Amino acid sequence: MHFRKQRVNKKSSYPSASAKSLSAEATSSKEVALALPLSIEEMERKAKTLRRHIIAMTAKAGSGHPGGSLSAAEIVTALFFNHLRHNPSNPRWPDRDRFVLSKGHAAPLLYAALAEAGYFPVEELLTLRQLDSRMQGHTDMTITPGVEMSAGALGQGLSFGIGIALAARLDRRDYRVYVLLGDGECDEGQVWEAAMAAAHFKVDNIVAIVDRNRQQIDGWTYEVMDTEPLAEKWLSFRWHTIEVNGHDLSQIIAALGEAKLVKGKPTASIAHTTKGKGVSFMENNLDFHGRAPTPEDAERALKELE
Amino acid sequence: MALEMSAREAYGNTLVELGKENKNIVVLDADLSRSTMTRFFAREFPERFFDCGIAEQNMMGIAAGLAASGKTVFASTFAVFASSRCYDQVRMCIAQPRQNVKIVASHGGISVGEDGFSHQSIEDLALFCSFPGFTVIVPADAIEAAQAVRAAASTYGPFYVRLSRPKTPVILDDKYRFAVGRAVTMRGGWDATVIACGLMVAKALQAADALAREGIECRVVNMPTLKPLDEDAIVKAAEETGAILAVEEHLQHGGLGSRVSQVVAKHHPVPMSFLAIKDCYSPSGKPEELLQRHGLTAEGIAEEVRSLISRKGQ
Repeated sequence: MHFRKQRVNKKSSYPSASAKSLSAEATSSKEVALALPLSIEEMERKAKTLRRHIIAMTAKAGSGHPGGSLSAAEIVTALFFNHLRHNPSNPRWPDRDRFVLSKGHAAPLLYAALAEAGYFPVEELLTLRQLDSRMQGHTDMTITPGVEMSAGALGQGLSFGIGIALAARLDRRDYRVYVLLGDGECDEGQVWEAAMAAAHFKVDNIVAIVDRNRQQIDGWTYEVMDTEPLAEKWLSFRWHTIEVNGHDLSQIIAALGEAKLVKGKPTASIAHTTKGKGVSFMENNLDFHGRAPTPEDAERALKELE
Repeated sequence: MALEMSAREAYGNTLVELGKENKNIVVLDADLSRSTMTRFFAREFPERFFDCGIAEQNMMGIAAGLAASGKTVFASTFAVFASSRCYDQVRMCIAQPRQNVKIVASHGGISVGEDGFSHQSIEDLALFCSFPGFTVIVPADAIEAAQAVRAAASTYGPFYVRLSRPKTPVILDDKYRFAVGRAVTMRGGWDATVIACGLMVAKALQAADALAREGIECRVVNMPTLKPLDEDAIVKAAEETGAILAVEEHLQHGGLGSRVSQVVAKHHPVPMSFLAIKDCYSPSGKPEELLQRHGLTAEGIAEEVRSLISRKGQ
């Protein structure tokens, strides 16, 4: 039981990592003037803005997956507005950090972040799920700037991310890969094939973030398919594993910074979240996994998110 | 006896040549590199070879990620695992995004033999032809296999190349030039046309020899590219010979015969017949025994051509 000796880092055991990672960010943006990382307070406001977009988009579309988009709003905010090295005016920049959305049904969240970051106009968000829109129901990497992977069939993003991470090694590039998975998605066997392979290939430029919102379509994850002990699983697959409160931006930033310092193995972050977070009547409400808010729901939700 | 060579050995050797010429080529395998012959490449270029273990789905995802980052990726395993085991992974990560991934699978068809139905690949051509934008190739011999692999490496986009396990007769010479989407008339004739792919081309040529002794001049067309099809060659064969027999080591539905018949039906309807694997799985057995059971022999082809000709002009 060798792995038991390793530590599952809990919450704020790495308070100083965030400042270090931020200064590293600033010096590595060599080619273009990139947007400055937002402060924690600014990110809190940005996460709220993303949530407003998610509500507006899915309500307008009349379908979509608001619950699992709302739960990961802070994770995606921390990445796009603080941590990632990226350039919205050059989405195919070879040295960019990659964000791979493996839980493709959280597409509204990704689109909201990309629009706010400047990849395309914010107005385009409201075309979600319309015929020929670049805002496809699930992500399509061939048409949407900033979208790295076509997803929607679950369990595949980590494998894809490993391929990108290995390419960095072969090309001697220093970009990093961030893969966002759902906790229900971890039911898929391919996730664990990939987890095993990443450790085997000693890929240390990849971070898997699990949005642990504890719900999947048919119910609570412990009822449908119990994935616990989840952190221990990643540990036993030889991943450096960090548990965070997925709605606490400073914890997320610190974990991402810590991951950068880990050499010779991949890092997994189990981000404990609440499905539907930010809207009282959507929180932990299974109904909103795959149902859009009605116009009345949306009005109430947007009021709460003011 | 004609020279015999295995197409997978030709694949292994060609990969090494390509690896020397192009630093961008990366090769993946799923614990079958000794059978698919990717081990030749692994030995020469260990840093550009990744053995993904017995995890084909993960291998296809990794292949796609490498390709999305600018690599030309070859991914190899047995045909049955490359197709039915990974269908969704190939669909999501390789076909839809049109990734530059070349799936080169060995042990296609029932000529796998003794391993039995679990290892015999009879649905793979239907599955790969069903992906929009995929190029699907079944080389007729080792010479064509080597050239098809080269063509795949130099042509952007997703490819499936199906190779056989056994050594097969070499029927093309060094002057032969493979081109994606181009059929090759191996033997002229005006009474009927046999359109075949893979190891059935050699058997079709033997059948045509036998038929010639009876005064029947049978055209033999090698159709290595199932998708995109050489429609002109098919229409020409229909117009000039008035009867077409499609022969393949694959289920009767969804492979070469189905695809050729769509072209014939649309452009120039003539009597057609099909020699393929019946709607069933096959047991263990020697490759030749299994092929014989489905009539996939020179005698079987000759017999089918005779009966096809008798239907002409009816």
